[in-house]
Amino acid sequence: MYKYNEFDEAFLAERNAQFRAQVERRIDGSLTEEEFRPLRLMNGVYLQLHAYMLRVAIPYGTLNPDQMRALALLAEKWDRGYGHFTTRQNIQYNWPKLRDLPDMLDALGEVGLHAIQTSGNTIRNTTADHFAGAAAEEVTDPRPYAELIRQWSTDHPEFQFLGRKFKIAITGSDTDRAVIKAHDVGLQVVEQDGQIGFKVIVGGGLGRTPMIGKTLREFLPQADLLPYLEAVLTVYNVLGRRDNKYKARIKITVSENGIDTYRAMTEEAFLTIRGQYDGTDQELLEEIKAHFTAPEFRSGSTEAFDTAYENDPVFRAWADTNLDQHRAEGHAIATISIKAHGATPGDASAEQIRVMADLAEQYGYGELRISHQQNVILPHVHKSDLPAIHAKLKQHGLATANLGLISDIIACPGMDYCNLATARSIPVAQEIATRFDELKLEHDIGHLQIKISGCINACGHHHVGHIGILGLDRAGVENYQITLGGDASENAAIGTRTGPGFAYDEIVPAVERIVDTYLAIREHAEETFIETYRRVGMDPFKAALYPEAAKKVA
Amino acid sequence: MARAFTPKVITANDLLEGDVIYFTADDTWTRHMAEAELITDEAVAPLRLLEAEKQNISIVGAYLADAKAGPNGPEPTHFREEFRRTGPSNYFHGKQEAEANV
Repeated sequence: MYKYNEFDEAFLAERNAQFRAQVERRIDGSLTEEEFRPLRLMNGVYLQLHAYMLRVAIPYGTLNPDQMRALALLAEKWDRGYGHFTTRQNIQYNWPKLRDLPDMLDALGEVGLHAIQTSGNTIRNTTADHFAGAAAEEVTDPRPYAELIRQWSTDHPEFQFLGRKFKIAITGSDTDRAVIKAHDVGLQVVEQDGQIGFKVIVGGGLGRTPMIGKTLREFLPQADLLPYLEAVLTVYNVLGRRDNKYKARIKITVSENGIDTYRAMTEEAFLTIRGQYDGTDQELLEEIKAHFTAPEFRSGSTEAFDTAYENDPVFRAWADTNLDQHRAEGHAIATISIKAHGATPGDASAEQIRVMADLAEQYGYGELRISHQQNVILPHVHKSDLPAIHAKLKQHGLATANLGLISDIIACPGMDYCNLATARSIPVAQEIATRFDELKLEHDIGHLQIKISGCINACGHHHVGHIGILGLDRAGVENYQITLGGDASENAAIGTRTGPGFAYDEIVPAVERIVDTYLAIREHAEETFIETYRRVGMDPFKAALYPEAAKKVA
Repeated sequence: MARAFTPKVITANDLLEGDVIYFTADDTWTRHMAEAELITDEAVAPLRLLEAEKQNISIVGAYLADAKAGPNGPEPTHFREEFRRTGPSNYFHGKQEAEANV
């Protein structure tokens, strides 16, 4: 894992000292809120409905146990004893006080974490496949490139005042767990004739105008990554609209000008910019890569796993849903669900955060990951340790066996916290999870992703949910629109609206009708919800959702 | 005929605590909506907002929010303001918790 060098440490200490002085100047009245606001946003500090909110970046979703413990410390010492993991590999604290924020940032700095560029019209935290470095089918670990991008984009003078925010995601696998096609730039590490490079996707995004990204370059050699990204950003800075906030994202720029024009301009800018790179970035990349050398995976018998799997049905259920194939023999990737039925998706208490840090230290080669799906991952675990890990997780309410199932819901904070929200999302997620747990149908339903956003900005990724739910304010009342058929994988697709929305107390029954319909019409138990939807289309679901309309037609 | 004016309260967030506050008739701030000044005269509303904004050194983002008269003082008319005066629905945090501890 990347360790800060002296330069990184000095830079962050200086930046935090600057912010401390800015907070003091706001409090003593030397700065107005208009002057202070952009400064606090640059450092991840929002003012939400009930309080300030601090958004801390978890670069490419990777943490070591000490960093994880620092997150617990912040929750306990300066917040309400918990943190909220977000859909962009960040963690948010919902209750900090203005005077405490500089101390919180200093505590983060001590373990090499920060909140820089987690807000504002700049390049945000580069997100990555949460199985990076562990997935069996991976070409290579994408995180060194993500770290290179982090260093290049942090405080980059040309990209501090873009037309709008800019999000980059990267994966090293064909299986896309990073939703790269719904990002401003999506990068996939690929191999061509023995050379490592990138497939570059541009102009994806969700929000008000959802779009699936288009391929800008089929193969970009590894060494050209930064100059090419710089070219993409330079063209965006020139071509991107600044007259209308809702037309300012790169997806609109690409769509209005056409991918061919965007490509031609990028390639032209790239020729100039490439000449300005003297190879220093590649030396830096080699240094970074050394930090990401895979651990020495141990060998040994997996008998303890096999015995527990055979004899303990609770362990078996957890192993069946929460484990994935690891690239090293005898190992597994273990995902810890922080979505117990009825709990807030993505929330973990300080105690739970510490337990997960301890497990990573004791059994997980000192590594943790945070997924955009708001779960925590032990990416490297020897199978023989899994029964002990599971036992510990059970003691702390962390052993829910629901990965990829109907209660593994992505939800934004919604109107319970967010200033931009138009409706709540958390209670809708809680009630759906509770309802299907009561029905004991979850495992029978199988793989089904529900994603909920509390406003059009789509932090809850509702457009790419198999079932997407969007909360709106309709004449002063919460109202929920449903989309079906969205897909967040390498087969990315935007869902289609079913029709009129549902009131707050109608939304859970509506989801239940959709699921009942699926169970009734699937060809066999292995046909997943999204497969059934692709086979039969919208009509049967519409008929179940709007029986009155169906009657009228008949 | 011009539409009837919906009464307003002035609300903001406290600079240091970040929590929701309301402007009172005597130009101070309260944490209880019921103690806020209910402004019923459309012509007075912007003037009261200017008065509130004089205190921008210790408050953030003052605005006029729709409200109605209730038995114990002003009450919200929209669910957003209801959440602001109560707190989140997933935990007993925020104002509802403070009220319970009185």
